[in-house]
Amino acid sequence: MSGPGRLEAALRDRRAEGRKLLIPYVMAGMVADWVPVLQAVAAAGADAIEVGLPFSDPMLDGPVIQAAGQAALQAGTTVAGAIDRLATADLGVPVVVMTYYNLVFRTGHRRFAAALANAGVAGALVPDLSLEEVDPWAGAADDAGVETVLMVAPPTPLDRARQLARRARGFLYAVARMGVTGERADLDAEVSATVERARQVTDLPICAGIGISTPAQARAVSQVADGVVVGSALVRRVLEGAGPEGAGSFVAELRAALDG
Amino acid sequence: MSGHGGAPGAMARPGPDGRFGEFGGRFVPESLVPACLELEAAFDEAWADPAFRRRLDDLLAHYGGRPTPLTECRRLSERLGVRVVLKREDLAHTGSHKLNNVVGQALLTERMGKRRMVAETGAGQHGVAAATAAALLGLACTVFMGEVDTERQALNVFRMELLGAEVRTVRSGSRTLKDAVNEALREWVATVEDTHYCVGSVMGPHPYPYMVRELQRVVGEEARRQCETLLGGPPDVVVACVGGGSNAAGTFAGFVDTGARLVGVEAAGGAAATNGVPGVLHGMRSRLLQDEDGQILEAESISAGLDYPGIGPEHAYLGAIGRAEYQVATDQAVLEAFTLLSRTEGIIPALEPAHALAWVIAEAGRSIPPGATVLVTLSGRGDKDVAQVKDLLGSSQRQR
Ligand SMILES: Cc1ncc(COP(=O)(O)O)c(C=O)c1O
Repeated sequence: MSGPGRLEAALRDRRAEGRKLLIPYVMAGMVADWVPVLQAVAAAGADAIEVGLPFSDPMLDGPVIQAAGQAALQAGTTVAGAIDRLATADLGVPVVVMTYYNLVFRTGHRRFAAALANAGVAGALVPDLSLEEVDPWAGAADDAGVETVLMVAPPTPLDRARQLARRARGFLYAVARMGVTGERADLDAEVSATVERARQVTDLPICAGIGISTPAQARAVSQVADGVVVGSALVRRVLEGAGPEGAGSFVAELRAALDG
Repeated sequence: MSGHGGAPGAMARPGPDGRFGEFGGRFVPESLVPACLELEAAFDEAWADPAFRRRLDDLLAHYGGRPTPLTECRRLSERLGVRVVLKREDLAHTGSHKLNNVVGQALLTERMGKRRMVAETGAGQHGVAAATAAALLGLACTVFMGEVDTERQALNVFRMELLGAEVRTVRSGSRTLKDAVNEALREWVATVEDTHYCVGSVMGPHPYPYMVRELQRVVGEEARRQCETLLGGPPDVVVACVGGGSNAAGTFAGFVDTGARLVGVEAAGGAAATNGVPGVLHGMRSRLLQDEDGQILEAESISAGLDYPGIGPEHAYLGAIGRAEYQVATDQAVLEAFTLLSRTEGIIPALEPAHALAWVIAEAGRSIPPGATVLVTLSGRGDKDVAQVKDLLGSSQRQR
């Protein structure tokens, strides 16, 4: 891939304007009006949106996102169906698909990358693809112009973080807390150290996620990171029936906290 | 030694990427990669350390009851027309081969300076074994078990608690073994600093499939020596049941360099080697039961220990290169084998190894020629299954 991709360019531009980045997560198919939810989230101030494709065995997800995934699968959500809906969603911000590797592997690296590219999806995050295993996918994604986001975690040593940063596209995802996705009352103190380590090895935008659930937490983390990913707190609201309007107003709160 | 013996490199150490051919690997989130690397280094070092090996062997002998005997089945053999010998893992402490693995991993946990183990369990045998080894070494232990399994194996839940372990019921997904693995992995990500994930079979990310096979190798190596004495050489056929495939891998490791026909037997409702297609789950690339999209399907069997939609990656490899073959047994045939061994030999097998027996019973005089010698790994005893089998056989058994 020559030069930064669409996702990276968009996030860099906004960072250059002094804006803290907000990347909400929504599970495809979790409610019937998930596309209007995405549209409301985009309109309320998201800089990019992570869209989960449901997998039967989401090992990095806690109860809320597991429940969203199960609801989506029960509603008959398929990989192809979800990607088709994204193609016409017209969100105005880059979309990063988040899913587990078996769905990619089963579809085929090139076919999956082409499907995302054709739908206008900018990036992909496949958390169970370790650096050692990522090349077949990341190569196909590069060729299709899809940016592969990689994670740096609290125990990742500096030299490994450097290798991850070199392979990462779009942004570098700093894991804010050891454990699975889910709302937490407190932030882990380790998040600063992880972001600092990432900062030493890359000038890609660094967004922190996992366990960030409130506007105050988002604001606190954005003091060190370039932005935040907020998943379970939003997904829970949508599962509880918040609808596009409720989703939008929660994202607006997060936006205000980051801008404040 | 006949034609297909000793495929080069079969059951050797996998490469640094943990691959057995195209299978295996390490498909875990970045949060877990450092722990997998640490474990790999710790195991390599321990396995090469004579003091570690002595301590393990000593515990397996004086605590675990090894070596387990090889038992000739006279009445069953007469009936089938083939000579059946059993490797008696049912006589090991806690009643199955699972102890071999957990004692090794508990010692490693201690060696890595961790003080807690998490484990998944299906039938409860691995959970009981893990709880046992944890009690022995003074480690904390949390066992994840699907709700379907806590119901059909209620006594094993109590056993684990009696041994001081905490049992967490898993209500996600199919509420069986695969979901218990998911939940154990989730817990491990959150607690990896002081916690070791004691995986119960030859599955998971590298180094687990290799490490667990090495820890179970004792089954095959003992059996090889015992066959030498009893039969004058390796048997013609070596048979073991396959859930994830640890008792089979340990058994095969002792015979892979001989001409013996190696057969793994899966539950018909969970036959990943036969009906699975390549995919990635629980940190490994292997054969998995899955749909067109890649969603994992639920396995279904009367035996909780074989209710797994995948198979260890080395088995996928041994199948691909033709060194081992994988067959299936139906629930019905398994119940018949369970009863037959009880009546002809006075040994009540666990439902899992009853799969291996069921295949032998079906194939004796067919693909197993009359008079052939057959080694079956009796991976566990049937006490845990008696209540369930009683319900399944119901009154039909009593009327006879
Ligand atoms: C007695 C017994 N045999 C076999 C198995 C299956 O495991 P594996 O295929 O790893 O040997 C189990 C699992 O619970 C078991 O309890």
